[in-house]
Order: sequence, then structure tokens, then C-alpha cells
Amino acid sequence: MYETIAFYLFSALTIGLFLITVMSKNVLYAMTSLAAGMVLISGFFFILGADFLGVVQLIVYVGAIMALYSFAMMFFDATRDIKEKNTNSGLVFLLGGLSALVLVMIFAAPIHSDAVQALYPMHEGVGNAQDVGIVLFTKYLVPFEVAAVMLLVAMIAGIILAGKKMDQSLTEDASADDEILIQKDAK
Amino acid sequence: MEIVTYTTVETFVNHLPEVTWVGSLIKAVLILAVISAIAGFGTFIERKVLAFMQRRLGPMHVGPYGLLQLAADGIKLFTKEDIVPQNANKLIFMIAPAITAATAFIALSAVPVFPDFTIPKFIPVLGGTFVPSIASDLNIGILFVLGMMAAGLYGPLLAGMSQANKWGIIGAARTAIQFLSYEVVTGLSILAPIMLVGSLSFVDFNNAQAGGIGSWLIWQQPVAFVLFLIAGFAETNRTPFDLLEHEAEVVSGYATEYSGMRWGMFFIGEYANMITISVIAAIVFLGGYSEGGLGWLTIILKVGFFFFLMLWVRAAWPHVRPDQLMWLCWKVLMPIAVINVVITGIVMMV
Repeated sequence: MYETIAFYLFSALTIGLFLITVMSKNVLYAMTSLAAGMVLISGFFFILGADFLGVVQLIVYVGAIMALYSFAMMFFDATRDIKEKNTNSGLVFLLGGLSALVLVMIFAAPIHSDAVQALYPMHEGVGNAQDVGIVLFTKYLVPFEVAAVMLLVAMIAGIILAGKKMDQSLTEDASADDEILIQKDAK
Repeated sequence: MEIVTYTTVETFVNHLPEVTWVGSLIKAVLILAVISAIAGFGTFIERKVLAFMQRRLGPMHVGPYGLLQLAADGIKLFTKEDIVPQNANKLIFMIAPAITAATAFIALSAVPVFPDFTIPKFIPVLGGTFVPSIASDLNIGILFVLGMMAAGLYGPLLAGMSQANKWGIIGAARTAIQFLSYEVVTGLSILAPIMLVGSLSFVDFNNAQAGGIGSWLIWQQPVAFVLFLIAGFAETNRTPFDLLEHEAEVVSGYATEYSGMRWGMFFIGEYANMITISVIAAIVFLGGYSEGGLGWLTIILKVGFFFFLMLWVRAAWPHVRPDQLMWLCWKVLMPIAVINVVITGIVMMV
């Protein structure tokens, strides 16, 4: 009973918030509703009893969207609306059609719900974290390790791209100041 | 309402000490009442402690030793005009303080603030109800609390971005970099104790250290303890990491345009977060409330010590620059935390 109410509440809120994310022309509304929607998605995990995944969803997306905010801060004025240019109507047609197709498939999916079975059900008396850990290090070991290597590569690439003048402090070193000014003038 | 409560308690009294919804409700009300009172009183304590450390008297005029200063401040905050700047994004501007205050208290719902106890039988209606130590005992408690406290930083971020003020934007930008800096250190530093205990539940942490002072995790994980404290200071915006609203540099940062109770909500949230961090440090590293019958007293003493430590540090240290904070977190603390986790793993396996 409570779970049904909670499910419909979370569903309505999540869909509404993500609609705002897509429709709004204000970057602050879009980002905030995206963050709130991501936080509410963790509610579905909690309803399903997957506490660990719910918390991971919470932590990961809170941090990830915080990083997106910093980009929004750099590129947009958060208190003004953004004028969008839609020159490519073919692309809009294609994306709209794909969304409609996905929607139809989502609504048709329950027809085949019998075919869906939980291959790795939760164990009674064992914590969520332990269950996830066992599955990660047996069945999904290879994807897990590949993801880890990809993240490592991305991290090293990021450090190399950004770290050319890491030892110089921009605020302490006067020559760095000059360099920034020169680059500005050159533009 | 009362009749419902009575009958439910009657049925639940028979099989104690099961956690009933009445018990959880009492605990939730207890946390809300006690913590918001302490959060308000904390501002007074902070001013007094800072004053004594700087050889001043602090607030003295309102009431004996300035004790009623809290009431005066409260009346001032409640009656002040609630100003919303003209060019601000009004909706976001108005909900931002609520995010900070709400997430701080949601985080507290998964933290054991006092030991569990049973209300004595002679008290009418509620007598015999078992009150759990945590309002909602999740088996992933630590992660939930850290995630909720991280979500609390959306308050300063949105406040700064929505108020159409340069200082606000700088405050918001500093919020983002501070969050991205300390979050890694918090997670990695607390990972080593989690590996030792093998659980994410605060109750398991408490029970794992039940063997007296010698079994406290601080002796096995001193490095993790120091790292967690430093990251905790950054998490609660305390000096030396109070970059978001440092008066000498950015006027008041994200809170520049706020007045009245909306401004007050930021600070209730901040003090509630200070208490949360103190409780986590006390339970994860200093044995929690495991000392038999005296548990309720020792946990208060431990939390009080950490709260005092935050004020002490504020009186003793100047604050750092944003680039110094990033340097400290990414180049010093994070490698130490990773090494600590690896060494803990090796010691556990061998």
C-alpha cells in the first residue's frame, strides 16, 4: 500500500522534474530539476529494497551534477533565459520519433513481464553491499575491471591535459599573471 | 489521534524491545527538538568560546551572562523583512535555504544521537515504548548520511547562483570546488574503518568497539581519523575552510542577499551538520555510546568535545585560500587516504 503510493509519487515527481529539465529555457531551473530528479530516482531503489544502490545513486549524481553546475556557471547567466536556436528541424523530427518509439516499447513491455527473472536475488540476512560485491567480483568481473581501467585512463588524460603548469600558483607567481594578461591581449 | 496511539502502544508493549513506529516517531521528534535547540544554542556557545579565547567577554547584555542573547537573535531573525532581490531567480532563491536545513535534518535521521532506551512504565500512554537509537536504522547508514550532507551543499550553490550578485556567484563557485575537493577525502578516509568493521551500519560500528577504550578504532586508524576530521571541517564550512562566505574576501558569499529567517535557516543547517559530523566521528572512531549504562553521557561528552574542537580551531587558525584547499585535498590528503586504505587491506589479508 505505502509502496504503491510512494512509487506513484516518485514517478510523477521524477517525470515532472525531467520534463522541466528538457523544456525550461532557464539553465538554473534545468539543472536544479535534473539534480532533484536524480535524487528522487534513488527513491525507487529504496522502495525495491536495494538500499546500497539507492545511496550510490544519491552520492554519484549529487557530485556529478554539482560538476555540471560549475560549467553552467561559467557559460551562462543563471538569472536570464537562454535563446535557443533550432535550425535543424530534421533532427528534432528524428529525436521526437525515437522518443515516441521508446515510449511505446516501455508501455508494451509488461506484456512480456513473465520472461523477466531475477538471476541474482538478494540473500536473506546478508547486507546489500555484500550482495552487490559478490556479483561484481564474479559474474560482472570483466565489465567492472574494464570500467575501472577506462576511468583510470580518463583520470590520467585529465591530469596530463590540465597539469602543464600545475607547479605554478596562479595567485602567487607574478610571471603567471603576466602570461594570462598577454594571452588576453593577444585575443 | 491519541486514541490510535494508545491502542497501538498497547499491542506493541507485549513484545519488547521491537522497534515500533511510535518509538521511531518519538525519536524523530526528540532529534528535531533537541538538535534545533542545540543548533540555536550553538551560536551562543560559539560566540562565548571565541570571546574567551580572544580575551573578550562576548555577549553580556541580554540576560545573565548574555544567555538570553539567543532569544533576542531569534526575535530579530523572525521579524526581519524577507527581502528577495529584484533580478534574482525568485523560486530558486526562496527554496535554497530550505534545502540546507532539510538535508541536515534528513541526514540526522540515520545517525544514532543517543543510545536506545525504554520509556518507564509509570508514564501514561507512552510508557513501555522502546525508543531506538536511530530514527531509521538503515544498513547503509554511513553512506546515506554522507550523501545527504553532500546534497546539503546544493543550498549554498543554488543560493549563490540565483541571487544575481557577484559575491553570490563567487560563493557558489567556491561551493562547487570545495565540494569536489573534500568529498573524495571523506569517502576514502572512512573506507578504512568500514573495511575493518565490515559493515556500513552505525550500530555495528558501535558494537564493534564495545570492549572499552582499547577497542576504539582511533588506535587502529589514526590517519583515517585525522583525514576525516579535516574533511569534516570542509564539509561543514568551518574555519580554516570557510571559503563560501568569508567576510573579508567575498562580503558574505552565497548569503550576501539573504536576510531574516531564510538567512537563519542556512545557519541552523550548518550547526546541525556540525553536530552530525561530531556524532559520526564519535561513533566511528571514539567508541560511540557503547559504555554500558553510561553510554548516553559519554556520547554527549564526545560530541561536545568535537563541537568545541571546531570552535577552538576557528579561534586558532586563519582560513586557507581556495587553491590551497584544492591543493591540500587532491595532492596531500587523497594520496594519504588511498595509501591508508591499501595498507589496511594488506594488513587485513595477511
